[in-house]
Amino acid sequence: MQKSSSLIMSNATGQRQRMGALLGQGFLLFITSLSTFAVFFIFYFILKDAIPFFKLEGFKEFFTSTAWFPSGEPAEFGALPIFIGTGLVTLGAVVVAVPLGIAAAICLSDLLPFNVRQIVKPVIEILAAIPSVAYGFFALVVFAPLLQNHGGAILSAGTWMILGPILALLVVVLGDLINEKLESKKTGWVVFPILGGLALFTIHSLASRLAGVEISSGTNALNVAVILGIMALPTVVSVSEDALQAAGRELREGSYALGATRAETIIKTVIPASVSGILAAVILGVMRAIGETMVVWMASGNAARIPDPWHNMLQPIRTLTATIAGDMGEADHVTGSSRYHVLFAMAFCLLAFSFVMNLASELIVKRSRKKLGKS
Amino acid sequence: MKKQILALIIATTVANFTHAADTIVIDGSTTVGPIAKAFAEYFMTANPDINITISESGSGNGAKSLLNASCNIAAMSRPMKDSEFKACAEKGIHPVAHVVALDGLPILVHPSNPVQELSLEQVRKIYRGEIMNWKELGGPDKKIVAISRDTNSGTFETFNKLVMKKQNLSAKVEKVGSNGAIRQRVQTTPAAIGFAGLGFVDKTVKALKINGIYPTAETVQTGEYPIARPLFMYTDKYPKLGSPLYQFNTIHLTEDGQEIVEEIGFVPVTAY
Repeated sequence: MQKSSSLIMSNATGQRQRMGALLGQGFLLFITSLSTFAVFFIFYFILKDAIPFFKLEGFKEFFTSTAWFPSGEPAEFGALPIFIGTGLVTLGAVVVAVPLGIAAAICLSDLLPFNVRQIVKPVIEILAAIPSVAYGFFALVVFAPLLQNHGGAILSAGTWMILGPILALLVVVLGDLINEKLESKKTGWVVFPILGGLALFTIHSLASRLAGVEISSGTNALNVAVILGIMALPTVVSVSEDALQAAGRELREGSYALGATRAETIIKTVIPASVSGILAAVILGVMRAIGETMVVWMASGNAARIPDPWHNMLQPIRTLTATIAGDMGEADHVTGSSRYHVLFAMAFCLLAFSFVMNLASELIVKRSRKKLGKS
Repeated sequence: MKKQILALIIATTVANFTHAADTIVIDGSTTVGPIAKAFAEYFMTANPDINITISESGSGNGAKSLLNASCNIAAMSRPMKDSEFKACAEKGIHPVAHVVALDGLPILVHPSNPVQELSLEQVRKIYRGEIMNWKELGGPDKKIVAISRDTNSGTFETFNKLVMKKQNLSAKVEKVGSNGAIRQRVQTTPAAIGFAGLGFVDKTVKALKINGIYPTAETVQTGEYPIARPLFMYTDKYPKLGSPLYQFNTIHLTEDGQEIVEEIGFVPVTAY
């Protein structure tokens, strides 16, 4: 009697333990899947409120008209200038963040000694921790007046900073190519100074032309692009530094063993090997810039108009994110108007775009890992 | 000091009427916000057992909150729209307007700008994009940087109605999110023009005469200054006489209330 009862007891405890484990696993699975569900719910609810807009107003005006007067009578919902504004600012941010970011990543991964890197990388990553409203405040209160008062000087300094590294790289690569073609050691002494001089001249002439520019309004596409570029910098630096690291020691040592210098190793071996990782870094940087709201809202000028000409960064623009943030307040009290749903239509466009970009970067990273033979 | 003593006297009298802890929730305009806050501070020193919460989410959101019965007072810098009245009536809410103060919308330029005076027509043309350079108005040869509040603000709607006659602004006009941001932009941009509440005029920006009238408390009160508006607090029905809500909604009629309104840069409704 006693024996059997103890047997039953142990069976019961075993079952209870298994049940407990199952319950715990189920609970953890539930918690994990919450975030996945959140993504689907966001898609669903944004789409749910975006579709009525297209039903009410159709597609044509939204994507092709340039008249954005949501509070006008009658209201007009031409979002083309807003799409272009978003694109322009994002492009500008990429132009700022990518050369600087990649240069910094190379410096971190291949040039700086290990213990310096341990300090510098976290410091760069602090940039990502600064709240965006602080960036926005800086853009509005400090950078905008600076642009108005010393616009030309800032522009020409910026040209040096961004074109400098790019052209330096170009000179090295081009010079090598030409030298290989000519197959003569002596020409190197001629080719590099000529190319270098040409590059310097190009930058200098461009910079001095920009130095004469006067900026009438400091809250413009350029201001926001620069700030967004700085905000995207930590992402670009840290992801592409990881990619450069992932290229591995073997590859570098192989290159050195063949007699390549450090510059040659970096430019001809390490960068090509990690180019897809760098591309993924760029895409992540783009997504950081395109989704940013506070800075854009505070410092872009918010004028819904295609700059004239379209690439003129010195004019105010309006972006999707700033429009959603800015128009939400008065958009509606009794939901159901176009003015309310148009914001969801914009949100959906943003979401779709970042979704596609995210997928692309995921694919690229996966492919690069395969190529380098790592899982 | 005088105000504090008065508040104390009111406190003792009011204390007899009020029972238990009450809450007054205010939501709405960022323009009316400072008035609501100052009134609340004044009211709470007199009635420490009454809680007042204020959120500033814009006139439209204020109306929304009143409609959803999630606030007692909707602070609004523009009158309620027909559609809002209709939505309220359908929900059995009867908005009653209390005009708590008047506000002028000075047209602001950089202090270095030699232009002193514009007509309403000229302001409209600037914001329509028809006048593009200060030269055309007797100023320096500089492109005008026109700055407006974003279209979601009551301030914009007032400007839109009184100056633009509801014509669309030029797409070139920059939009910012608050009165403070407009002043910030104007004081740092020599070629800028903007508009903000009367309380936002200080030494760092210059208010222009409009149609020959300089925006002051007097010219706003007499209606001479053309860009002026009443500021509202809306309640659901007229508050029950003697209730805390009633006390709060009549502060602007007292001498103290008018002093407060004046102190924070608005114009009291009545001359005392």
